[in-house]
Amino acid sequence: MTKYTFTEKKDTRSGFGDGLTELGRTNPNVMALCADLVGSLKMADFIKENPERFVQIGIAEANMIGIAAGLATAGKIPFTGTFANFSTGRVYDQIRQSVAYSEKNVKICASHAGLTLGEDGATHQILEDVGMMKMLPNMTVINPCDYNQTKAATIAIADHEGPVYLRFGRPKWPIFTDPNQKFEIGKALKLVDGPDVTIFATGHMVWKAIEAEEILREKEGINAEIINIHTIKPLDEAAILASLEKTGCGVSAEEHQIAGGLGESIASTLVRNKLYPLEIVAVNDSFGESGEPEKLLDKYGLSVQDIVNAAIKSVSRK
Amino acid sequence: MSSIDKEKLEKTCTQVRRDIVRMVHAVQSGHPGGSLGCAEYFVSLYFHQLNYSLPFSMEGKGEDLFFLSNGHISPVWYSTLARAGFFEVNELSTFRKLGSRLQGHPATEEGLPGIRIASGSLGQGLSVAIGTALAKKLDGDNSLVHVLMGDGEQQEGQVWEAAMFAASNKVDNLIATIDYNGQQIDGPTEEVNSLGDLGAKYEAFGWSVIKCDGNDLDSLNAALDLAKSMSGKGKPILNLMTTSMGKGVDFMEGTHKWHGAAPNDDQLATALNQLEETLGDY
Repeated sequence: MTKYTFTEKKDTRSGFGDGLTELGRTNPNVMALCADLVGSLKMADFIKENPERFVQIGIAEANMIGIAAGLATAGKIPFTGTFANFSTGRVYDQIRQSVAYSEKNVKICASHAGLTLGEDGATHQILEDVGMMKMLPNMTVINPCDYNQTKAATIAIADHEGPVYLRFGRPKWPIFTDPNQKFEIGKALKLVDGPDVTIFATGHMVWKAIEAEEILREKEGINAEIINIHTIKPLDEAAILASLEKTGCGVSAEEHQIAGGLGESIASTLVRNKLYPLEIVAVNDSFGESGEPEKLLDKYGLSVQDIVNAAIKSVSRK
Repeated sequence: MSSIDKEKLEKTCTQVRRDIVRMVHAVQSGHPGGSLGCAEYFVSLYFHQLNYSLPFSMEGKGEDLFFLSNGHISPVWYSTLARAGFFEVNELSTFRKLGSRLQGHPATEEGLPGIRIASGSLGQGLSVAIGTALAKKLDGDNSLVHVLMGDGEQQEGQVWEAAMFAASNKVDNLIATIDYNGQQIDGPTEEVNSLGDLGAKYEAFGWSVIKCDGNDLDSLNAALDLAKSMSGKGKPILNLMTTSMGKGVDFMEGTHKWHGAAPNDDQLATALNQLEETLGDY
């Protein structure tokens, strides 16, 4: 059985920054745009190596999306960078018309997503971004789980023709996936095999699911399967249904509102195909608040124990 | 500009105006007022000013590009594109109908030649034009990027984000034109939300500002020639183009009432009587 451990923690935004730096060396069409958050988005190395392919927009996110759409029209591959909040809700109409409807090859790269942004509080802790982005036709939505996967995803989306929303975060987080992985958009990854319940996790919550699996196995006698849903749209429905066919029940886990999140996407898949019990671990119709990331996850129902409890409940509903 | 050119442009303008009122009448929807007011601008661009080649290419490398930000005046753009050979003139009859490439507001999804981005939700076109202008600079492409905005559209905040950026970054291969007709849906712009001294505002943002009469081919083309000569000198260029909404159809002229209203059968007949069929109706 696969055992996941980590020796190092790193922020997923650094995975984005390092992936971008690599793209700067390999793909001459890749450009970076930033709305006054170069340090937060870890863009310094790309800028140092490719100053002519970097555009500092200033604090004007709507203009950034429009300029990115224009660059893409002329054949460039623009990666926009700002916090997830300012990457989505603030510029939803600009993304909708100038990027998604216009089918522009723009990569919207969003850091500091979710509660784990921490102390800045609810104004910046967006928990609705996945919902907004997945509703847009033509949009691909990706939420990788650790530094290595975020780096691989950043590199992979440059080769994908079309709009992409890439979501990552602020805190240092365990690195447990292969540094040499090849990222395949839309393909769910089975991390742990198990017969009793499937945990579908995305982003930072994948590591929480790994920790929950150990508790379930050792203390509850429940052997869980873990599937990393790094791509929320298009959703790997075949992998989800195949796993549930075996386990008979599921849990979803994400750093997002229930409304519009991964859990809702899975529920929709089940309603349209075959019904299984599904428990959703996500924020329940609430804004966040200031605090340390781990304490926020505990308070808002996104702890390891919350996943354990949801799995027990889901198994009991079989 | 030679007089032969002018005669050709005038004839094309008249036919474009016929196309506009017929297109809007056929589906009893669309925006004839602003479209009629901008006939000289579109015809001058596509039949005199712009350097482009057909068939249409999305990236337009080595070509002058045009973006329409106030997408609701799509009829004048569609007619001009068709008359310039981007697609068959007969396709104008599909405007706003189910399955058409001629959407109510311009869109790329259906692949209509000439359209590079969707527009209609206002305030976005200047940013997009800046993006392509930056790409041209990066590629060493010396051609120009034009964008047309409405005057009411200047009330959108994104326009000023873009205006600040363009000056700050010396986007001097960009010629923005404002259709300064003084009207918007709810009434005169002066009453709805006064734009104040628009030219002074752009100058204060660091732009070069020129002015012209957009319904006078000589004045308009002199301004566009001047704008071209001013490019490459470190400043973005604004062409503040005064027009009369509804120009060419007497009962539609100078009022916001025909911003988004279609003529009935009698009104269509009256309008067509004022617009000679110069190039053949679609």
